[in-house]
Formats: sequence, structure tokens, C-alpha cells
Amino acid sequence: MATIDEVKAAEGSDEAPKYKVIGTRPIRHDGADKVTGRALYGADIKIKGMIFGAILRSPHAHANIKSIDTSKAEALPGVRAVATSADLPEPGDKIAELGEGAVVLNHLSSNNLARTKVLYKGHAVAAVAADNLHIAQEAASLIEVEYEVLPPVMDVLKAMSSDAPVLNPDVRTEEASTGEKGDKPTNVAKHIVFEKGDIEKGFADAKYVVEREFRTSTVHQGYIEPHVATVLWNNDGQITVWTPTQGTFSVRSQMAELLHVPLARVKVVPAEIGGGFGGKISVYLAPAAAVLSRKAGVPVQIVMDRADVLQATGPTPGSFIRIKMGVDADGRLTAAEAWMAYEAGGYPGSPIGAGAMCVFSCYDIPNGRVEGYDVCVNKPRTNAYRAPGATNAAFATETVVDELCEKLGMEPVEFRLLNASKEGTRRIDGVTYPRVGLVETLEAIKNSDHYKTPLTGKNQGRGIGSGFWFNAGLKSAVTVTVNTDGSVSLLEGSTDIGGSRTGIAMQFAEAMGLAAEDIKPAVVDTDSVGYTDVTGGSRVTYATGWAAYEAAQDLKRQIVARAAELWDVDPAQVSYEDGHVIGPDKSVCFKEIAMELSTTGEPLIARGVSNHNEPGGAFGTHLVDVEVDPDTGKVDILRYTAAQDCGTAIHPAYVEGQIQGGAVQGIGWGLNEEYWYDETGSMRNANFLDYRIPTCYDLPMIDAIIVEVPNPGHPYGVRGVGEVPIVPPPAALEAAIYDAVGVRLYELPMSPPRVLHELLKKES
Amino acid sequence: MRDFEYEAPTSLADAVGLLAKSKGTARPLAGGTDLIDHVRTGRLVADLIVDLKKIPELMVLELNNAGLRLGAAVPCYKIYEHPGILEQYSAISDSSNIIGGMQVQNRASVGGNLANAGAAADSTPALIALNARVIIAGPSGTREVAVDQFCTGPGQNVLEPGEIIVELQFPPRPAHSGSHYRRFIPRNEMDIAVVGVGASVVLDASGENFVSARIGLGAVAAKPFYAQEASELLAGQPVNDETIQKAAAAARAVVHPITDMRGTQEFRTHVTGVLTERVIKKAVERARG
Ligand SMILES: Cc1cc2nc3c(=O)[nH]c(=O)nc-3n(C[C@H](O)[C@H](O)[C@H](O)COP(=O)(O)OP(=O)(O)OC[C@H]3O[C@@H](n4cnc5c(N)ncnc54)[C@H](O)[C@@H]3O)c2cc1C
Repeated sequence: MATIDEVKAAEGSDEAPKYKVIGTRPIRHDGADKVTGRALYGADIKIKGMIFGAILRSPHAHANIKSIDTSKAEALPGVRAVATSADLPEPGDKIAELGEGAVVLNHLSSNNLARTKVLYKGHAVAAVAADNLHIAQEAASLIEVEYEVLPPVMDVLKAMSSDAPVLNPDVRTEEASTGEKGDKPTNVAKHIVFEKGDIEKGFADAKYVVEREFRTSTVHQGYIEPHVATVLWNNDGQITVWTPTQGTFSVRSQMAELLHVPLARVKVVPAEIGGGFGGKISVYLAPAAAVLSRKAGVPVQIVMDRADVLQATGPTPGSFIRIKMGVDADGRLTAAEAWMAYEAGGYPGSPIGAGAMCVFSCYDIPNGRVEGYDVCVNKPRTNAYRAPGATNAAFATETVVDELCEKLGMEPVEFRLLNASKEGTRRIDGVTYPRVGLVETLEAIKNSDHYKTPLTGKNQGRGIGSGFWFNAGLKSAVTVTVNTDGSVSLLEGSTDIGGSRTGIAMQFAEAMGLAAEDIKPAVVDTDSVGYTDVTGGSRVTYATGWAAYEAAQDLKRQIVARAAELWDVDPAQVSYEDGHVIGPDKSVCFKEIAMELSTTGEPLIARGVSNHNEPGGAFGTHLVDVEVDPDTGKVDILRYTAAQDCGTAIHPAYVEGQIQGGAVQGIGWGLNEEYWYDETGSMRNANFLDYRIPTCYDLPMIDAIIVEVPNPGHPYGVRGVGEVPIVPPPAALEAAIYDAVGVRLYELPMSPPRVLHELLKKES
Repeated sequence: MRDFEYEAPTSLADAVGLLAKSKGTARPLAGGTDLIDHVRTGRLVADLIVDLKKIPELMVLELNNAGLRLGAAVPCYKIYEHPGILEQYSAISDSSNIIGGMQVQNRASVGGNLANAGAAADSTPALIALNARVIIAGPSGTREVAVDQFCTGPGQNVLEPGEIIVELQFPPRPAHSGSHYRRFIPRNEMDIAVVGVGASVVLDASGENFVSARIGLGAVAAKPFYAQEASELLAGQPVNDETIQKAAAAARAVVHPITDMRGTQEFRTHVTGVLTERVIKKAVERARG
């Protein structure tokens, strides 16, 4: 794999490396525990006296709840508590800010325990806690629920029609630009319009115009660790939640709001997390476990199984997208138009906003219009998934771009270089880019060995795709304590999904002139560190890293002041450089001064916070070679290269890991993953056998090319890296399949039956 | 999951007795790779589970001039690690190599695969191609059923209460014969057959003509079945693309597939022909040695 180190070596760069710690690959602090199985994940948590919960879930996709009778469950020996929505406080019509955007509390509460309606198969209806899981499950099956079954609304376009059954009587269409709301109940929760220039004139100026319609399926993040929550509602009213989550502070505020308890009464303790990708922010089990614990007086643990995870957590939406784009004779884009409808699932909140902003984000387009809709359907309430909304959009746009390139007879890379977004490009939604690195990723692909090696085999093809993600800043806090041996304990609140503990420790070490190994990072609970937003939006290395940088500045200031006092000199004569405190006549290394200060005064602690919003958007370009079996439609990936601008790679191995992981998820989305529903609205493949994420046998090594265009908005130039790499793969694969066998696929996944169908159609 | 009784008898008579006597739902257990999952997910609520792996008759693996005897509980890895089976009964070796991954193959048996009667079971089309006979023991003695008569529908077979499969018996392989099993799956691992084809061919001494053939199809109807017309079409015909394509077309004509999360009707029908061709060609290659 072309690593950043190798690239630098190959370029024969003899300039001194800019950093000492940043850009190296130390062993992660949590590595030994993870590879030996000692790390404590959610279901490893065992609290004294703990009992076990089970959830009764709706067998129907859409139904009114007429009555719930829990008496038989309560009578079963071994059952300690039963809960329904009646045990959660009435949420009213409050809209709460819960660290993942504004949430209609009634919807979040009803998603945890259904109130009057069930809106998807698997929707939680009641919960039981018992001495063991088997009793809890049996008790759950004894709960009698009377349903009035309603017709399921499964298709996004049908859901928008005026005669469609309405899922939520309280939903009105909100105009995003004005905030105004419609007056009739509807499934369309939001309508977005972005405009730029004169679209009619733009299309009139075009030599070629291509307009296509696309559909994509609901897909899941597919994290290996199922959701789990262990909750103790103590007799003194203190509530402790042990759970693997992307945001402990978000869980804390969700619990406080849903249970109507003061924030300070809730403590959230993060377990190690076996993947999240956006899906472990909302609470699904903790509120029910809390209510059960309050009733039973002991801690309650609830674990989902795989079917629950797929049917009742937060996948990313299926969508319908229409794209129209025009180019002039030179290949310059003149206009672009998008009409996009995203499935929100049972309750409003699809990532249509992000999708609408991302749809043409890679291109400098003078005239454009984007229209987007957030639409409720009888599927699980969608949630964030790696660059939420962007992958659907990129699949559509990049496929149209590929068709335009064909009409123009232009190399797709050259077309993109000509039309690429760069510093100063204004997106259709109005945002103007700062320094960004799309062009550099295109050049990196163009210069890659992969690009320069032509394909020769039959039924083989090559495709390219680009993608964008905003990244986020938000709030982070870090506290450090200098130990008497000169090591530093670093406390942070960002749960570590991709090695961020080490990435943050490295930024602190760099700032202090120490080694990564001198720092002992720990992710701690909500009572033990300052407020920190979710591990999401590719923000942690950027924002919590910045907080660590600030903590280092604070610590250096203190060390200088204390050393000056100790040495009895003017503080102005003391400085901290490269791991040393330097006075008028001496230079003492950090370890020594740490030891000395520990015996001569108060303990040495420092803090750093950040709340910056210049995360520097990030771009990636992927190149893929496939071979298609013309008789079965099966697509095999022969070679894959992904180039991405990551600003500065703090720990290049983790950056490569993010690029590879994202690409793999995008490949799964592109080729085989889908929620397969029958006509009753029941998902028929709620298991990892038939919900087909790629296995290692389905993938080549993903070559990751790290491009570094430093983000001017960060002390070390960091940009988020985690989300971009999921965006280009489906589009790149589509182009490669077309190149291989000459059929276009406008629907995801491009599974063998779909590809074969197109091949047979072409033949006849 | 409800509590159940577990027994591991060491004689065939005890096993049959336990199963026949049981008043609730009693089920035999071989590798458990289907059964445990069914119990865990509530698809099966059992009162008694009778482990068959300690019964010598069910662990027989014998290959000689009289043919092959394969005990119903012999795990897959023992089958594909057997050089004689690989050489003479390659199709069943192919199947054993495909079922699940290594951990599953350490437990899963061909008897369990057959008894489970899944439409997409990976060993059944191979058993049909190799013309296996199913030896069954029960409260009223022992009986024999041709393998293509064993399954009666999805999850259903000819076994009466208390009956178990003891072994599968395969006729000896003629000279110039070869066999193969192959399936289509969307991924390269961890999938259930969307179409499965097993074929056995016998060629004449020149290797240029089919003497006879047997084709078994899986995942394209309610149960795996013998594609009689396609098989008989090949007998006496020269080995060439045209004959093989005719047989493939005949196979395609007799399928009754459904559209589900694994594949469409159109896909399954078309791919039946594609795989039939590929599988016959591979069997011919093996027959020619
Ligand atoms: C991860 C995984 C992957 C799998 N992949 C595949 C695959 O690729 N292809 C495939 O075809 N299958 C697959 N399976 C299913 C399963 O492994 C096979 O069907 C296997 O051959 C079953 O054999 P077993 O010995 O484990 O049967 P068991 O689970 O022990 O039994 C299966 C059924 O047969 C009955 N039974 C068992 N033995 C006898 C007997 N002697 N007489 C009468 N009844 C009996 C049992 O009561 C039960 O109903 C997979 C399973 C898992 C868990």
C-alpha cells in the first residue's frame, strides 16, 4: 500500500519532518486489551445484583395500539418489572437539543416505547425485566397487545402522495428556508430548496444534458457489537448508565429529557464500543432499562440481538433521486438540478439536508437548483451513518457525470479536474469553500500505479468517483494531570471508535515535546470530564485533538510560571521548548521538572477546551477495477485505490484504516446490502446471512493514498477523515460495471439479479 | 428459549427408543448447526434433544468395491479430507467444502443437511447426482428410500416420528465417471445457495460420449430435485457444447423458483442453465481424469 511515509520517501523529500510525533505510527494505548479480548464492551459489563431485560416488539409495520395487557407477564415467576410507554413521562410537544440536533421529544420517546401507534416492524412496545433472559423473553411473549393493523407505507414516492396513510398525525411539512409549516397532517416532514444562478439559461447553454432517476435501498451501519444498556436507578434517585455509545453526554441529555429528571442525576459511563458509524447516538434501550430498574430496585441490562439491531435501530435511508446536469462543448458544467426524496423512517429526521448540500458538492456549477424532501415511511427511524445522506446523492450525481463524460468523449478524471470544487467555489446551497483538496485527490489518482496500469481482461472495467463531507467541529474538553514520574494522564470524553485516544494523545505529546507513550489517555464518564459532543461528524481528532493542544498550552504556561518561581527568575526569562523548560542558565527536561514541581508545590493539572467550526471539508476520489460475470451478473472487485485529503495525518495507519473501512462499507452498500421487505412491510433479511455486508473474501486490499492539504482552521492542519470514504464507492462501482459490460445500473444495490436483469434486457 | 432434556445414547436402539417414547417434541441432533439455531430463535421448541454422535452406526465412513457408506452424523471435514471420496465422489466433497465455514464444517453433517430438508441444502443435489440411498431406522425397523424421494417440501421429509437417518449408501462409481457440485452465491463466502447444481456423468472409454448422467437441482423449487429430462437427454450423446446447452435448457425448463431476498425468479431460472452447463463441463473434466 502506498503510505504517506513511502510517498514522502519516494519523492526523495529531504526537508526535515515538520513534526516529531504527528505522522508516526505508535502502538495504540488500548491495543493490548483489544487484541487479547480483555477490553470491556457493553455486554461485558456486569453490575452486582443485575437482572435482564427483554423487549416486546411490534410484529406489524403500521398499526394503532388499542390496548396492552401485561398481567400475564407480571404473574410469571421470576419477573421483576414490566414497563410500557405509560411508565415514561408524557413528552408533550417539546423540542429538545440533544447533542445530535433538535429532536421532537414525543418522537424519541415513542421510538423507545411506542405510545399510540407502531410505525415499523420491530418497534418496541413493552419491556420486561426478570431473573434471567429466558424468563424475560417468555414474559414478553405473554404480554397481550391488541393492534388495529393499518396499511404499511413503504415507498417514498407513494408516501408523498396526498392519499397515502399518514404515519404521524402531528407532522406538518416544514419549509426549511422560512421555518413555516403546512396545515395538514402529512408524511412529508420537510421541504428544502437551494438555488443558484439562472438554471434555465444554464441548461440552454448546455451542449449535452443528461437526466436520470435513481433509487437506493435502506442500509445499516452493520457494526458488529449489538446495542446494549445497563442501567441502575438507585434509591437516592441517581441514575447510572453503562453503555457503548458515540456520545455519553448526548445519552445523558436524552435520558434526562425522556425521564424528566435533572441532568446532574444521570451519569453515563462509556463501555468500549464495537463500532457505531453514527448508529450509536440515539438511545434505544437505556430509557426502558431505567424504568425497569426503578421498579425492580436493581440494575437491569438489555442486549439486542441482530434482528433487533437491523429492524429497530437507525439505518440510513433509502431514497429516490432525480438528477439533471448540462455541459458545454468544452466539458464545463453549465447547470445542474436535483430532486431528492429521502425516507426518514417512522419519525421525521432523514439526512436530506446534508444530502441536498452534498449532491453537487464536488463541482463548480454556475447555475443550479436542489429540492429535497424528508418523508416518513414504515421503516425504522433512520439515523446517522458515515457522511449521512451523501452516498445516496453521490451515486446519482457521479453516475450522471460518467454519462456526460461518455458523451463528451472525455476522461472522467480530466472532466473532474476541469470542473472540481476548489477554494472559493460557491456551492448551490450558498457555502463558499475554504482551501480544500479535491483537485489534489484527483491528481493523486491520476499519478497512481493503479491508474497507469491499463485493464486488459474480458468483462473487466474501471470506474472513478469522488465524494465530499463537511466534517464537524463542536465542543470538546480535555483534562491532564502530570504524574510525579513525568508521565501525563489525559482524560477525555470522546468515546474512541477509530483509535482516537492515541490520535489525541499524540497531538498533546507533539505540543509538549513528549512521546506518545508518555501520555496515558482515558475515555471517562460524564462526571469526570468537561462537556464533550458526540464522536461523530469526523470531529474527534480535529476538535478533541485541539482541546488536547490547548491543554498543552495551559500546562506549558503553568510549568513556565512555576519554574520561574522555583528558580527565582523573571517568568519572561523562562520558556518551554521541545520538551524542556529553559531558564537563563539552564535547561531541564519535562520529566525532571515534573518531579521537581511535584515536591515543591501544588499538583500540576491543566485543561483545554475547543469549540471551533472550521473543520475544513474533505474530499476523496476512488478508483476501482471490476470483473463482471456476464452470465450471472456477479461483480468481483479486482483492484481498489482511494485517495483522500485528510489535512494532516496524525496517525497514518488510523487514517488508512478509516479510508479502507469507509470504502468497504460503500462497496457493501453498492453491491449487495439492502433491507428486503415483503408486501406486509416485514424485513425478510434481518440477519447477517441475508443482509450481505462484504466478507474479507469479497474484497481486495484497499490501497489508501493519503493526500495532505493542511486545514488552515486547525493548529496541526487536521481535517476529519472518517466519513468521506463511504461516499464514492457505489458510484465508482457503477461506472466500472458499465465499463465492463455496458449496462447502467440506476438502483442500489447492484446485486447479481439486478445486473443480470440489465444484461438480459440488453441482449434481447 | 425453554428448558429441554438432553440425551446422548450410545446405541441405535436406545436412540430410536428415546425418540419414539417421548411425549413432547423430540428431535435428533447431529452437528447441531441447524438445530441449535432453530431452538435459539424459537423456530423449534423442543422437549427432548437426542444427540446421535455417540452412536457408532452414524459415524461410519467406509469406501470399498461395494461403494460408499457415509454415516449420517459424520462431520463435513471428515468427508472432504477423505482422498477416496474426493477422487470418486467429488460432488459430495465439493458440498462438504462449501457448507458454512471451518467451524461449521467441524460439526455439520450431511445427514443433518438432508434431514433439515431445506430447498437450498448444499449436499442434497450432490446426493441426488450420486444416486444415494437413505437408510432409515425407526421403531418398526429399518427401511431404505432413494434420496430424491426423501424431501417432501420445505423443511419436510419422509421420516415418521421416532425415525432417524442412519447412513447414506452410494453405488460404486463406474470407470470414466466424474461429478461436481457448485452453487451461486452473491458473496464469495457465508451465503445460502441461490441456485445449486450437482451433476454426475459417466463417459465411454473414448471420453467423447456420455453414457449416462444425473443432475440434481437445489434452491429453484420447494425442495431439491432430480432433473430427469435434462439428465436423460445426455445419455448416448457426444460431449460437446451443443449437447450440454440442451441439457442446461432442459434443466431451466423444469424449475419453479420464487423471488425472495436471495434472488429473483428470472435470476434463478437463468442461472440454473448457466450453472448446469458449468457443472457438467467440470464433471466431464473430472471423468476424463
Ligand atoms: C454459519 C452457518 C453456515 C451455514 N452454511 C450452510 C451452507 O453453506 N450450506 C448449507 O447447506 N447449509 C449451511 N448451514 C446449515 C447447516 O450447517 C447444514 O444444514 C448442516 O449440514 C446441518 O447438519 P447438522 O449435523 O449440524 O444438523 P443438525 O443441526 O444437528 O440437524 C439438522 C436437522 O436434521 C435433524 N437431524 C439431524 N440428524 C438426523 C438424523 N440422523 N436423522 C434424522 N434427523 C436428523 C435434526 O433434528 C434437525 O432437524 C449453515 C449453518 C450455519 C450455522
